[in-house]
Amino acid sequence: MSKQINNKEESFFKKLVGNQLFIPLMALLLLAVINLINDPGFFKITLGTNNAGFPVLSGYLITILDYGSELGILAIGMTLVTAASGGQDISVGATIAIAGSAMLRILCGGNSRPTELQAPIIVAFLVACVVGMLCGAFNGILVAVFKIQPMIATLILFTAGRSIAAWINNNELPIVPDPKFAYFGGFIPGIPIPTTVFIVIACIIVIALVLKFTNLGLYTQAVGINENSSRLNGINPTFIKFLTFVILGLCVAVAALIKVSRLSTINYSVIAKDIEMDAILAVALGGNALSGGKFNMWASILGAYVIQFLTTTLYKFNVQSDALAAYKAVVVILLVVFSAPKVREYMGQLGKKLSPAKKEVA
Amino acid sequence: MKRKLLSIVMASAMTLSLVACGGGSASTTQEAPAEASTEEKAEEPAAEEKTEEPAAEEKTEEPAAEETTAASGDLIKVGIINNDPNESGYRTANDADLKARFTEENGYDASFAYSLKNDEQIAAAQTFIQDEVDYLLLSAADTAGWDSVLKDAQDAGIKVILFDRTIDADESLYEASIVSDMAKEGQTAVDWLASQNLDEVNVIHLQGVMGSAAQQGRSGALNDKVAAEDNWNIVTQQTAEWNAEKAQQIVQSVIDAGTPFNVIYAENDDMAKGAVAALDAAGISHGVGKDVIVMGFDCNKWALEELLAQNWNYDGQCNPFQSSYIDEIIKTLESGGSLSEKTIIMDEKGFDAETITQEDVDNYGI
Repeated sequence: MSKQINNKEESFFKKLVGNQLFIPLMALLLLAVINLINDPGFFKITLGTNNAGFPVLSGYLITILDYGSELGILAIGMTLVTAASGGQDISVGATIAIAGSAMLRILCGGNSRPTELQAPIIVAFLVACVVGMLCGAFNGILVAVFKIQPMIATLILFTAGRSIAAWINNNELPIVPDPKFAYFGGFIPGIPIPTTVFIVIACIIVIALVLKFTNLGLYTQAVGINENSSRLNGINPTFIKFLTFVILGLCVAVAALIKVSRLSTINYSVIAKDIEMDAILAVALGGNALSGGKFNMWASILGAYVIQFLTTTLYKFNVQSDALAAYKAVVVILLVVFSAPKVREYMGQLGKKLSPAKKEVA
Repeated sequence: MKRKLLSIVMASAMTLSLVACGGGSASTTQEAPAEASTEEKAEEPAAEEKTEEPAAEEKTEEPAAEETTAASGDLIKVGIINNDPNESGYRTANDADLKARFTEENGYDASFAYSLKNDEQIAAAQTFIQDEVDYLLLSAADTAGWDSVLKDAQDAGIKVILFDRTIDADESLYEASIVSDMAKEGQTAVDWLASQNLDEVNVIHLQGVMGSAAQQGRSGALNDKVAAEDNWNIVTQQTAEWNAEKAQQIVQSVIDAGTPFNVIYAENDDMAKGAVAALDAAGISHGVGKDVIVMGFDCNKWALEELLAQNWNYDGQCNPFQSSYIDEIIKTLESGGSLSEKTIIMDEKGFDAETITQEDVDNYGI
C-alpha cells in the first residue's frame, strides 16, 4: 500500500522535475519569495494617471510585464533558431538597430526633425519587418546554405549592424513627432495596461497557432536532432534552418517597433544593447538544449520574463546597473552546471540512493 | 574537399565581416588617404597657386615643416583620430565640426579614423605616422597606453594635439590639449540647483559610463555637495551608461518603490529623456514650477527645445566645437609661434529653462 503511494509520489515528483517548465517556474518562485520576504509591497499594483491624464496601472509586476516584452518576443525566434541550427543568433541587438532605423527613416523621410509623419506607421512597420526578415535571411543563408557556425555567421551583422543602422539615417538621430507612435511602447489612451503586453500576447497566439496547425515545430526538432535522418525522411533541413532565421528576423522587427516607440527616437550604439545575450539566456533558462533539438516555446518565453524579473529585482535592491551582468552570469553558471551530463548522472545516482532509504522510513 | 571549401567560405565570411564593419564606421580611414593622394596629384598645381602666399611664409619662417608640407602639395596634412560619431549627438556634432573645418579650402588635407577602442585607435595612429602627417589630432577612447605611440610620433616630427579628452602621458609628448572641464560643468549645474533654494533636495542621480571623464567630473560635484549639505540626499545613484532605456528602467524602479524624489540629475540628455519618459508614464509632473526638476547635459537641440517648453529645468553645455581652437593652434605653430599654455579649457554654459531663448537653442544646440 505504502509502496504504491510512494511510487505515485515519486512519479509525480519525477514528472515535475522532468517538465521543462520546472526550471523557469522554480526560478520565478524563488525570485517571488525573495521579494515577498523583503518587501510585500513589491506585488502591489496601483491605478494612477499618466501625464496625459489617462489611467495607467503601475507597480513592479507591470514594469516586469512591460519591459520583458521585447525579450519575450525575441525568445520565440531564438528558440526556433536554437532548435533547428544548434546555435544562436548573436546579431539580434544589431538587427533591432537596423530595423528600428529603417522604421524611423520611413516615418521621418530622412529628415531628423520632421513636423509630421511622412508615412503611415503601418507602412514603416511593414518596411521594418521586411528589413528584419532580410537580415534574418542573410544570416539564414550563411548558416543553412554555407554551413557556417551560427555564432560566426551572425557575428557579421553583430559587428556591422549598428554602423549600417547609423548609415540608413545618415548618422542622424530622428525624433518621431506624432504622439501616436509612442502608444506601441507605452499606453493607448484609456487602456491602463501597457500596449507591449498586448503585442506579446498577439505574438504568442500567432506562434501557438503556427505550432499547432503546421509542422514547423516537428520539422524544426527533427532537423535539430538529426539533420541527415530528417533529410532521408523528406524534410529539407536547409529550408527549415533558413526559415527559423527569417522568423527570428520578424520577431526582431516587432521588438524594434517596441524599442523605438518607447522613446520615439533611436540611439544606434546603445539601443537593445546586449539583448542577444539575454535572449539566449532566456532559451537556456527555459531548459532548452543550446545544442539544438527538442524545444519548449513556453518555457523560453517564461525564461524571458524570469530574466526581466531578476533585472527589476536587482534594480529594486539598488544593485549597480553595470553589475547586473555579473548576476546574470551567476545564473548562467548554475544553469550550465545543472545541465552538464556529469552532474545529471550524479544527481540521478543520488536520487536512486536516497529513494530506498525513503522507502524504509515509510 | 568539403572541409577546404568550408574553411574558404569561413575565411571569406570573416574578411567580409571586417570589411562590412569597416564600411560603416571606418571606411573613411581607408579610403581617405588613397583618395586624397590621387586628388592631390591632380590638383597639385592648382593648390600650389592658391596657397602660394601662405606657403611662402611657412617656408621662410618654419624650415622644419618645409619637407612635409611641400611633399603634400602645400596642404597641412592632419590625421584625426576620433571616437565613433554614432556614439552620441555630442560626437556627431564634434565630427561634423571637424569635417567642416579641416577641408582643402581651408588648407588642410585631413584623414579621419574612428574607433571606440583604444587599441584600434593606436593602430590608426601608427598608420598616420607612417603616412607622415604633419599633425595628429586625437580624442582618445581611453586615457592609458598612449606613451609609446606618441613617442614615435614625436620622433617622426609629428605634432600631437589632444582634443576633447586628456590622456595619461607626459606633457612633453603633445603640443596642446583642448578639453572641457567636466568638473566645472558639474559644479555649474550643482550651483544652479543650489540656487533654486529647495527645502529638501532628493536626487535621482543617473551616471554615465563609470570611469569616463564626463561621469567623474559631473558626479564629483554632486557627491561633494550631498556630503556637505544635510538637506541634500541621493535617492538612488546608478549608472545608466548614457543609455535612455536603462535610465527609464532605473527611474521606473524608484517610482515603483514609492520613494519620494524631486530632482533628476542625469549626466547626459539621453538619460534625462529616458527618465522623463518614466515620469510621464507615472503621471509625475516635471519642469519649471512642477514637482520634479529635470537636469541634463550636452545641450542637444531637442533637449534645449524641451527647456524652451519648460518641460526640463536645466541643461549644461559640453562644447563639442573644438575645431576653431585647434585651427588657431595649428596656425600659431605653423607661423613659428609658441603656445602660452598646454591645456586650453573651452567656454561652457549652463542653460536655465526660465531664461533660455530661441536664439540659444539655435546657437548652442547640437
